[in-house]
Amino acid sequence: MDSDSLEIEVKEANFKTEVLDSKIPCLVDFWAEWCAPCKMLAPTLKTIAKEYSGKLKVCKINVDHSPGLASKYGIMSIPALFIFKEAKIQDSIVGAISKNQIASMLKPHIK
Amino acid sequence: MPTNLKDHLFDVVIIGGGPAGLSASVYTSRARLDTLLIEGASLVSQASLTDKIENYPGFPEGIGGLSLLEKLKAQSDYFGTKHIDDDVIGICHKTINQKNIFQVKTESSSFNCRSVIVASGAKFKELGIPGEERFCGKGVSYCATCDAAFFKEKNVFVIGGGDAALEEALFLTRFAANISIVHRRPTLRAAKILQERVFNNPKIKVLLNSVILEINGQSNVESIKIKDVATNKESDLACDGVFIFIGYKPNSGFLKDLVSLDESGYILTDESMKTNIEGIFACGDCRKKLLRQIVTACGDGAVAAFSVVAYIEAAKTH
Repeated sequence: MDSDSLEIEVKEANFKTEVLDSKIPCLVDFWAEWCAPCKMLAPTLKTIAKEYSGKLKVCKINVDHSPGLASKYGIMSIPALFIFKEAKIQDSIVGAISKNQIASMLKPHIK
Repeated sequence: MPTNLKDHLFDVVIIGGGPAGLSASVYTSRARLDTLLIEGASLVSQASLTDKIENYPGFPEGIGGLSLLEKLKAQSDYFGTKHIDDDVIGICHKTINQKNIFQVKTESSSFNCRSVIVASGAKFKELGIPGEERFCGKGVSYCATCDAAFFKEKNVFVIGGGDAALEEALFLTRFAANISIVHRRPTLRAAKILQERVFNNPKIKVLLNSVILEINGQSNVESIKIKDVATNKESDLACDGVFIFIGYKPNSGFLKDLVSLDESGYILTDESMKTNIEGIFACGDCRKKLLRQIVTACGDGAVAAFSVVAYIEAAKTH
């Protein structure tokens, strides 16, 4: 991830502070280097992070670096997107989806 | 993206960032056509999902699908094609001063151009059986290279008997404990070399003459019901995952009502990749053709580009 990126790299160590304790909703992306659809989704998430800056946190979890989190959330397909709000999963979806699909998924959870 | 791209009139907009579209862009850019390539934001090239491509000429040891595409993309960039990531939702056709102008509409923008090359590829087909949608991401997968790692030491089923099904089953042997291929016909369809590897792999079992009827479980996949089509005997078999590779459907929904398609949605073209609409060309897996492979997609792309170059030259001089 580039240094000026608005996305946050999350691992087991900072998952609680970044995601569960977050004051704003989080869009969490489980991904891996070897997953082509994950790579396709990456620029869309970058745009989402920019457009929703201050209202939504975009967190990226590399399943190779954080297998514990992947197993805790029952990941069996990637990319997998989760919306977390007040430490609870609000919604989730599997596969590369378009920006509009992500926007409509976020709508009920963003002020 | 610079805003001026929106007001710009491109010589050609290429829809699709797979082997067909990227090859076409190499040729149009080298012909110095002003080229924009729109890579799907949510539709991934089938080639990128393939772990190792062994039948593309020039790579005796094989090459990773993703890395072949990255090389092709770098080549396309090098010759000057502009790239954006977006999903195309439609094409508008206008005639201005007796010249064809197309507006390619995407989810977040639109682009004007003199010609279009559709290289939007194809997407995996679903089975349409109970449990398939419910367990998607919970044991049901359409991409072994993406998801096999989540099935370490597990028992999985692969549905299908073509190249993709066998390749993915072989890939799964790196992770899963047991793999069973379920195919509805008495023989497999895949290339013989893949069949040999499958039959010689102790981790893989092949169930021929069998169809899958449903996928069951609580929160994740726990079993499937299959039927032997010769005896009509049904059985429930325990498993942790179901990988489905039963063929493809073309990504041509955004073209209906504009371009002629066959009954399955494949784009009809002539040998020069022309569609029924002057100025719209199609190439690769989205086109009605005999063999859908990377090598034929690249060939189609070159032909489509050649036709576009001739078309643009004629349009500019008249």
